Amino acid sequence: MIQPLRAAPAVTLVLMALPVAAGLAATLVPAAAPGALAGLLAWPGLPRAVTLSLTTGLASTALALALTLLILAALRGTPAFRLLVRLLSPLLSVPHAAAALGLAFLIAPSGWIARALSPWATGWSQPPDLMILNDPAGIALILGLTAKELPFLLLMALSALPQTDAANRITLAQTLGYGRTAAFALTVLPALYRQLRLPVYAVLAYGMTSVEMGLILGPDLPPPLAVQVADWMTEASLTRQGTAAAGAALQLLLVLAALALWRGLEAATRAALVRAATAGLRLPALDAPARALALTLAALLAGALLAGLAGLALWSFAGLWSFPDALPETLSLSTWTRAAASLAQATGQTLFLALSSAALALALTIACLEAEHRFRLRPAAPALWLLWLPLIVPQITFLPGLHRLALTLGLPPFPATFAAHLVFVLPYAFLSLAPAWRAFDPRFIPLAASLGATPTRALWALRLPILLRPLLTAFAVAFAVSVGQYLATLLLSGGRIATLTTEAVALSSGGNRRLIGAYALLQMALPALAFALALALPALLFRNRKGMAA
Amino acid sequence: MTAGLTLDHIQIDRAGRPLVRVDAHVAPGEVLTVMGPSGSGKSTLLAAIIGSLDPAFTCRGRIWLDGRDVTALPTRERRIGILFQDALLFPHLSVAGNLAFALPRGVSDRAGRIAAALAQAGLDGIGPRDPATLSGGERARVALLRTLLAEPKALLLDEPFSRLDADRRAQIRAFTFDIARANHLPVVLVSHDPDDANVSGMRTISPI
Amino acid sequence: MNRRAFTRLTLATAVLPALPRAARAVEEWDGIVDLARGQEVWWHAWGGDPKINDFIAWVGGLAAERFGITLTQVKIASTADSVAAVLAERDAGKTTGGAVDLIWINGENFAAMKREGLLYGPFAERLPNWRLVDVAGKPAVVTDFTLPTEGYESPWAMAQLVFEYDSARLPEPPRSIAALQDWILANPGRFTFPKPPDYLGVTFLKQVLYATLPDPAILQSPVDPATFAATIQPLRDFLASVEPALWREGRAYPDNESALGQLLADGEIDIAFAFNPGRASAEIAAGTLPDSIRTFTLQGGTIGNASFLAIPFNSSAKEAAQVIANLLLSPEVQARAQDAATLGFQTVLNLKALRPEDRARFDALSLGPATLPPDQLGPALLEPHASWATALAEDWTTRSGTGD
Repeated sequence: MIQPLRAAPAVTLVLMALPVAAGLAATLVPAAAPGALAGLLAWPGLPRAVTLSLTTGLASTALALALTLLILAALRGTPAFRLLVRLLSPLLSVPHAAAALGLAFLIAPSGWIARALSPWATGWSQPPDLMILNDPAGIALILGLTAKELPFLLLMALSALPQTDAANRITLAQTLGYGRTAAFALTVLPALYRQLRLPVYAVLAYGMTSVEMGLILGPDLPPPLAVQVADWMTEASLTRQGTAAAGAALQLLLVLAALALWRGLEAATRAALVRAATAGLRLPALDAPARALALTLAALLAGALLAGLAGLALWSFAGLWSFPDALPETLSLSTWTRAAASLAQATGQTLFLALSSAALALALTIACLEAEHRFRLRPAAPALWLLWLPLIVPQITFLPGLHRLALTLGLPPFPATFAAHLVFVLPYAFLSLAPAWRAFDPRFIPLAASLGATPTRALWALRLPILLRPLLTAFAVAFAVSVGQYLATLLLSGGRIATLTTEAVALSSGGNRRLIGAYALLQMALPALAFALALALPALLFRNRKGMAA
Repeated sequence: MTAGLTLDHIQIDRAGRPLVRVDAHVAPGEVLTVMGPSGSGKSTLLAAIIGSLDPAFTCRGRIWLDGRDVTALPTRERRIGILFQDALLFPHLSVAGNLAFALPRGVSDRAGRIAAALAQAGLDGIGPRDPATLSGGERARVALLRTLLAEPKALLLDEPFSRLDADRRAQIRAFTFDIARANHLPVVLVSHDPDDANVSGMRTISPI
Repeated sequence: MNRRAFTRLTLATAVLPALPRAARAVEEWDGIVDLARGQEVWWHAWGGDPKINDFIAWVGGLAAERFGITLTQVKIASTADSVAAVLAERDAGKTTGGAVDLIWINGENFAAMKREGLLYGPFAERLPNWRLVDVAGKPAVVTDFTLPTEGYESPWAMAQLVFEYDSARLPEPPRSIAALQDWILANPGRFTFPKPPDYLGVTFLKQVLYATLPDPAILQSPVDPATFAATIQPLRDFLASVEPALWREGRAYPDNESALGQLLADGEIDIAFAFNPGRASAEIAAGTLPDSIRTFTLQGGTIGNASFLAIPFNSSAKEAAQVIANLLLSPEVQARAQDAATLGFQTVLNLKALRPEDRARFDALSLGPATLPPDQLGPALLEPHASWATALAEDWTTRSGTGD
């Protein structure tokens, strides 16, 4: 028992890092084939696609981070902030594809906003020919990415905040005459950002390389590089594999370059903050506008996400719904009844994958954390980087190679897909559980030992029940991550596992909003249900234990 | 065989620098008070005695309990009870559940034993209650009962009275020492409150 | 393989020389049906249209009930994904037990798979229902984009390009490519086509070529790279003239047929088109298009072709896949596919060859409000050689695909 537990952290890291490294190598090897690079360079869309990857990724990351910090600085402690925090988990659990589809319907020229304003305010009896979606500058994509990444960064920041002693520092700075916003920026931000750095890198890498969001919201001609690479990888003529690999290699270099650029920005910002602090820049006049700005932007983005999702849900019950009607002419269950069998099957596959991968991820996470405690291991910085590796290395650069390796090893679709899900699910399970685990009162365990309890009994009878709520929350997070996997499921299962997400994205190419709505609704409902259980179950079990209320 | 707890030339170093140096014998029913300012390594000494010392520290010397060398034993086999500043009642268990956790496995009529222990401490009927609803004094007494039900051969007290308000502090302190004496337990108390030492009326040493 | 099937197969082999040819074929087919029982078929078929998905699920019900075959549709976004999957399997040395058992395919995807040796066969002409197929009247069932199918794929539906419009907004639609060009320029932002290399988008480019080439017959030969640019100059001119007047000024395009149809349903465009004369009626029946939508074809005809089923060389259920291909050729299934309320796909069968009761199934079908009767559909133009699709898509992507 002791030895396997001791090996748990190493085994877990290998389970995450090895597929990434091996997949990366297998994807990139064809890039060295003769003509691969030439094929890539010959594509006339290349300069714009590269620019788009950089601009959409950097802009959405900067916006999401700025807004996260603005919300923390200006809104913490207000009712609006509490509402936002309550919305975090549901917003976070919405799969990227569903969020993008919802947004697309909201802002399209024939979308809900235009319908609500037409024809009485706009005079439009037919949708205007406006490039709001898929605009060449990628603004819709930037907004979509920002809206989807904001909840993630906010959650990461909230879990890091207690370690920065924020409340005391801000109060102290305020007694010295600093405005709230300036106090946050000058006293809390540097410590907070240290904790936030890896999540920000993950957001940057994702923003530069997201295939499904790029497809739905991004520019079309040319698309961002990752979308084009995915396109080449699946082209019928079978002659583009080398070009695709060269594109994937370029994409990887781009992400590395963007990360380097970002590090430069970090250093410049840090220096500026130090200068501002030593200059005694108090800026109390900034607080009111900062609060107004944070409130407006947060409401806009959260509202857009929620309205988009509500629109998708409505579409799934819509009969004929012509422009410019704000609501469907008729409502019907026919979409649901017609698709019931496929919906049920996809839900079953989704549940099976998500429950099994989340369960194993949680078990490994517990084993790692328990090993860390029992053997007093100190997680080294490289281990933390390895943990974030699957979230920072672009999926399009390692999943195709991973698929090839799985085929070579003769791995059937389910184990291969399960393994790929685990790669993405594990980091989230770990990041979600570790803070609560490490915050567990360290005196409990020696106390239990002094009462005669074995380490195993202390784990099962004390630590796990007391941490039930964070455990279930970590499970729900892991579950939601698995539900949202698109490329991993599609590529590794060879199409044999149809989850709600792969079905929704496959449908999205067909533009059938009713069916997309039905799949997206279920796709959102499953994680929401998991989060609801994570809240309700401990509340029910420990309804008579005030000390267990979070 | 020497009854009681012997701290035989104990020296705890941190990064090669000595932090704690103690050489003492505590007889059954006796209280040894280790007095010193915060940061002087008092709690580190207790961690060394129960065997949960952080590996950042090194400990030399031997610990004897009733003539048995426990230095190399894991915490749960040393049979040394400890009380912290906070009662640290397990929040997910009832009061009775907390006590049952400590009761050794083989004991029969567990419910009866627990009820009797609560009655003895003047806490009749609180067994089913949620520990979070107890008063500070009740919590401290339940924590002591829990420690005693594990049948320890020695008792360590890590400033256990410092969180109580002044009038209750004297009462709980007397209660604790009376029970320790009645059970013939050697007691090591660490504190920075001179009252603890004065009341216990016992030997006081400094951690270094 | 279960024991009964094995015995039967061995028996069949043992008595082979003694039997006349026809009887031997029946016996052989019975052996295939026996082997198919209990097999699982993963059918890779485009999943963007719920009507098609429902139809496939219905076929799956028949297959389970009658042949003990489990049929599962893998709903793919693009057939090319499945072709790439089979290729990846071959490159990884996986020559048996592949992930793809059956593919809905035609055109350049078929050409690529055949060229790369990724197909099982020939099998199509061995299917018992093959004798019902209208090979003489519908030559497209054995010639896929000028490439002879040679039995490596089995047809299951006829398709022809038809244009769709809302008669409530547009009383008189343009009925030639030249008229369409004038109409687009007069009504900017109200027309678009799916983005090549999408199949339907490339078909539109071919339709324009048919109308603008001095001699469209050259489309039946492979592309000559030396003269390609000069040959397609009329197409380039057409595109250059209409692009600024397309939907979104030609800076964005819908992904495929469904997305184009959704633009029509949303009123973003006034004219759409589909590779299925019955699509509009079926959508009206499903309540997703207004019942004022009608269809039209162009003077001189529109491109027509057939949809096929192919079996990858490493399919893990080759027998069951053949049974499914045969089932799809049965009059019962063909009539259901042609029903406007189901799919509105035109049959590949020769109605005259059917037994009266089977023919009655087709006679009983109503066309639906927007479907043109066969005599008004106009001639079906032959698909160009498969190399044209690739070359046209590449040319378009290079010249227009960057949005400049």
